[in-house]
Amino acid sequence: MTKDVAVLGAGMHPWGKWGRSFVEYGTAAAREALADAGLDWRDIGSIVGADTVRGGYPGYVAGATFAKALGWQGARVASVYAACASGAQAIAAARAQILAGLADVALVVGADAAPKGFFRPAGGERPDDPDWLRFRLLGATNPTYFGLYARRRMAVHGDTPEDFALVKVKNAAMGALNPYARYRKRVTAEEVAASAVVADPLRLLDICATSDGGAALVLSSMDFAQRHGVARPVRIRAVSTVTPRFPNTVLDLPDIATDSAAAVAADSESFRASIARAAYEEAGIGPEDLSLAEVYDLSTAMELQWYEDLGLCGEGEGAKLVREGATAPGGRIPVNSSGGLASFGEAVPAQAIAQVCELTWQLRGAAGDRQIAGARVGISANQGLFGHGSSVVAVR
Amino acid sequence: MSRTRTPSVAGWFIGDGDDFRLLGTRCSSCATVFFPREDVHCRNPYCTGGPLEEISLSRKGRIWSYTDSHYRPPSPYVSNPELPWEPYALIAVELAAERIVVLGQAAPGVTVADLTVGMEVEVVPGVLHEDAETTWTTWHWRPTGVRA
Ligand SMILES: [Zn+2]
Repeated sequence: MTKDVAVLGAGMHPWGKWGRSFVEYGTAAAREALADAGLDWRDIGSIVGADTVRGGYPGYVAGATFAKALGWQGARVASVYAACASGAQAIAAARAQILAGLADVALVVGADAAPKGFFRPAGGERPDDPDWLRFRLLGATNPTYFGLYARRRMAVHGDTPEDFALVKVKNAAMGALNPYARYRKRVTAEEVAASAVVADPLRLLDICATSDGGAALVLSSMDFAQRHGVARPVRIRAVSTVTPRFPNTVLDLPDIATDSAAAVAADSESFRASIARAAYEEAGIGPEDLSLAEVYDLSTAMELQWYEDLGLCGEGEGAKLVREGATAPGGRIPVNSSGGLASFGEAVPAQAIAQVCELTWQLRGAAGDRQIAGARVGISANQGLFGHGSSVVAVR
Repeated sequence: MSRTRTPSVAGWFIGDGDDFRLLGTRCSSCATVFFPREDVHCRNPYCTGGPLEEISLSRKGRIWSYTDSHYRPPSPYVSNPELPWEPYALIAVELAAERIVVLGQAAPGVTVADLTVGMEVEVVPGVLHEDAETTWTTWHWRPTGVRA
């Protein structure tokens, strides 16, 4: 088991479609996290930026871009790109520096200004890029993959569109209580059912939107936290960023086909489940220890999948869990108390950081109207393009 | 006016009519199959690698899952923005011999209402789009027994 790092500060820029630069969102989130930590930017020994990839240089090399906007002060700098896990890999990089003694206190920032409509690959004719190929040859957008997963759940586990809608209803109710969320209205199951089909069987309200947004964390060594007068900080105990194992037999974004299991049998554990298991093992905890979870609800059906991959229930029992209210506030294991991506939308490099912001506020008992009573242990989980995924365990 | 028929992607499929096949590669050392084709080095981490040889994939498989696309996909998908958008189905198909799942568009006229998970489908030649000089060809999945 590795040592803990302290979360001294958390901050966000409200999510929405604001039409401004990602630099502005990230810098605002960073300033808020620094204020929350009670630290000056000049106290920060290292800054790690989570990159976005649109518009030329990756996020204009995000770490240095945020450092410049905050005012050059000589900090160690790094930038990471890992699709939806970018934020978690930024946290992992900062944590590794702190645990290695290379920095006492680090700032982690992710922000994005998302395009309108579907995510799409960068321009040009690039038939060596699987992401380009799936659009050119199949017109396979992200929601079409979510539709495939949802239909598969219906066929294998007997889930229904009504089960999926329950996830949206739950998450929208929590998002309505979150001042940083883009969508702050409750949604009914009837409204989900009445929304337009996007990718059968999923409808508009089953699928998360794209958004602008930013999130930031100030992390430090436990010694620094003590010296800074924070006796019992929220602590990050594990960061999992594992890759899949061959053969990956679940069709994954952005691929057109799975690996073949003809020569090597597939492991019984899915990629998503392995992401969570690595976090549990590093933290020395299990699903029974959790107070709450923040998972990647790119679609409503995908949240049900995460229940199973996190071990909150057995395989195929995700829909039962949401029907019973176990994942709602007051339930056995509340999921997406922030409102989730259903309420925030996707701002890719910020998302995994935003999940840890929510865990931090919940574990501090500072989540206001959406507080989960007595929260002690939280987990976040996500999965993104090109074999990336992450999971973070935070404790109080 | 006759357009040249050109594959939308080179080396992924071959043939016409009942002889149409998806093309992949197979590692001569461990027998792992790759689609899209892998021509450089076997990606099985337990394999030290051997020459990769081209193979035809099975014509028939069973539906792993399916969905459709009710909104026009962005570029680089090619569609005529002047025309109203018509949803089309996408089918992910499990090939038993190769132990692989391959995604593709459904043949024209096949909708999600025609499909169920586990249904048998076959690969058929299809057209992705056309421009003034070229008919860009692709593969489609079609339930077996259905003729276009
Ligand atoms: Zn091999």
